Amino acid sequence: MAVSDAVRSTAAVTTTKDPGPDRPPSKFRQALPQYAAVSPFFILFAIFGAFPVFFSIWLSFHSWDGIGTMKWVGLEQYSYLLTDPTFWKSITNTLIIWVISTVPMLLLALVIANSLHNATRFRSFYRIAYFIPNITSVVAVTMVFGSIFSNNFGLLNAFLQSIGLDKIEWLSQPWGIKIAIASIVAWRWTGYNAIIFLAGLQAISSDIYEAAKMDGASPSQTFWRITVPLLRPVILFTAVTSTIGGLQIFTESQVLFGSSGAIGGPGDGGLTIVSYLYDNAFGSNQFGYGAAIGWALFILIVLFSIINWRLIGGNDDERITKRAARRVQRKIAAEQVAADKAGKEHADAH
Amino acid sequence: MRTEKVRTVVGHVVLMFGVLVSIFPFYWMLVMASNTTPDIFTYPPKLLIGSHLFENMGNVLDNIDFFGSMLITLFASLGVTVLVLFFDSLAAFAFAKYEFPGRNLLFGILLATFMIPSQLALVPQFVTLAEFGWIGSLKALIIPGAANAFGIFWMRQYAKGAIPDELISAAKVDGAGFFRQYLTVGLPVLRPGLAFLGIFTFINVWNDYLWPLIVMTDPNKLTLQVALQQLNGVYGTDYSMVMAGALMSVIPLIGVFLIGGRHFIADIAAGAMKF
Repeated sequence: MAVSDAVRSTAAVTTTKDPGPDRPPSKFRQALPQYAAVSPFFILFAIFGAFPVFFSIWLSFHSWDGIGTMKWVGLEQYSYLLTDPTFWKSITNTLIIWVISTVPMLLLALVIANSLHNATRFRSFYRIAYFIPNITSVVAVTMVFGSIFSNNFGLLNAFLQSIGLDKIEWLSQPWGIKIAIASIVAWRWTGYNAIIFLAGLQAISSDIYEAAKMDGASPSQTFWRITVPLLRPVILFTAVTSTIGGLQIFTESQVLFGSSGAIGGPGDGGLTIVSYLYDNAFGSNQFGYGAAIGWALFILIVLFSIINWRLIGGNDDERITKRAARRVQRKIAAEQVAADKAGKEHADAH
Repeated sequence: MRTEKVRTVVGHVVLMFGVLVSIFPFYWMLVMASNTTPDIFTYPPKLLIGSHLFENMGNVLDNIDFFGSMLITLFASLGVTVLVLFFDSLAAFAFAKYEFPGRNLLFGILLATFMIPSQLALVPQFVTLAEFGWIGSLKALIIPGAANAFGIFWMRQYAKGAIPDELISAAKVDGAGFFRQYLTVGLPVLRPGLAFLGIFTFINVWNDYLWPLIVMTDPNKLTLQVALQQLNGVYGTDYSMVMAGALMSVIPLIGVFLIGGRHFIADIAAGAMKF
């Protein structure tokens, strides 16, 4: 691919300009328009991406309120971070919200995608209906969910009362808060992930399913033995994006509790890593500490992406898909032989 | 055969249930936005759409500069979208169709920037913008996001398959320079890809919350999301008004989505399959 590209473009270059053998214009000079074309991204990234990233390393070794002079403190921010119970709480909160939103979300998305794949009618209606939550602003959605989970007049409590159960003060206790936030996340992203899974399902050859059917595999066997293994790369994609998104949860708890003074809500039950970062940096102007939290977040994201990759994808990913494909191919071949034989016998009988 | 039919019906029942869960919060938003707050604070709660919608919407307009915020959000979203479409497609065109020294290295760097979470450098980004004197101005919302790695990556994949090399060669023979080749050969072919990237970018900027919360510090120049949260913070107990505001903020985007939605969904899924 790369080779043919190169050949083609050198051929193109020679046809456009013929500089003569003695004075070939520099390859770099010829490519100036291309450099200009790709430069906006790199210039913007240098100013608003790379520079701030390096600056944030520098910043995290300082104590600074954003106005006065920066004071060098070495690794103090980081050593304080490691012993800061609120920071650890923000990590466990984030991880709990991530797990109780992501696991049901991906399982549900898989079920929905499977049903969508089998449904031949209303498909585009379903797709739009399932995707709409994802394009809706988190702020507006959080307000609606906040009212549904509301302690006194929430729809959920009204429902609990109507079936004779006690009210639950969802937004006053750590678990209730986490469940509320996780529901918002799951509501917004289940349909999105289902659409991605659906695309993955559609890429699986129908021959494989035909073969499984001929083998008399039950739908659940087909699902777990064929669909899930072949979907691995797609599942990896959704798991990694869910992890990166899940570790950066912020808006939900900020909208629910931001105006109450305590950004994490009662008992800091909804305090996430990014809300702790925001609160330190922009609430109490501790820019150095905020930068250090940013780096901790970065390390966590890298760590969890690697774990995901190891668990779901990883080195044996391709091998497993290939093995599944080979198994199915063998089955198809065996079927064919059996069918041929049966056909022959049939013919013989006549 | 019969079990097949039963399975189809069960499948649709499952799917319809999911659709109800997807749609219900919108319905509930409308119910709360169209009833009075005392109506909402009763047991049993009102479950049907009421008749106070316009009154509640009027209250929103009295309490926050809704249209002002909407205008700022619209300018920011359109500004970023136009710039992203131009810069990303131009870069993607160069990456996809031309060989130049360092191309692979530059593209590798571009891919590596995916790994950096946007919150990592939040503090220094704010400090940088403060140095520029951009805090509180539209520039802070538009310029940093004017080109992005995702869009270039996505458009490059698209351009590789969509633009025939012969067309570029023909344009070269005609004496067209690089930029003219981009305009006459690249852009027309890339149009469907641009439609997707445009909607995607517009929605993301429109809904963004953390960044405008930090950089739009002037209370008279807030984006819609931040203004909405402020309404919620100040008048949080007036549910019907807050929900009317939420409804008003959500409608334009759903409109954009319903116009371009079907292709958009297919493109998002296709993008995920390429990773």
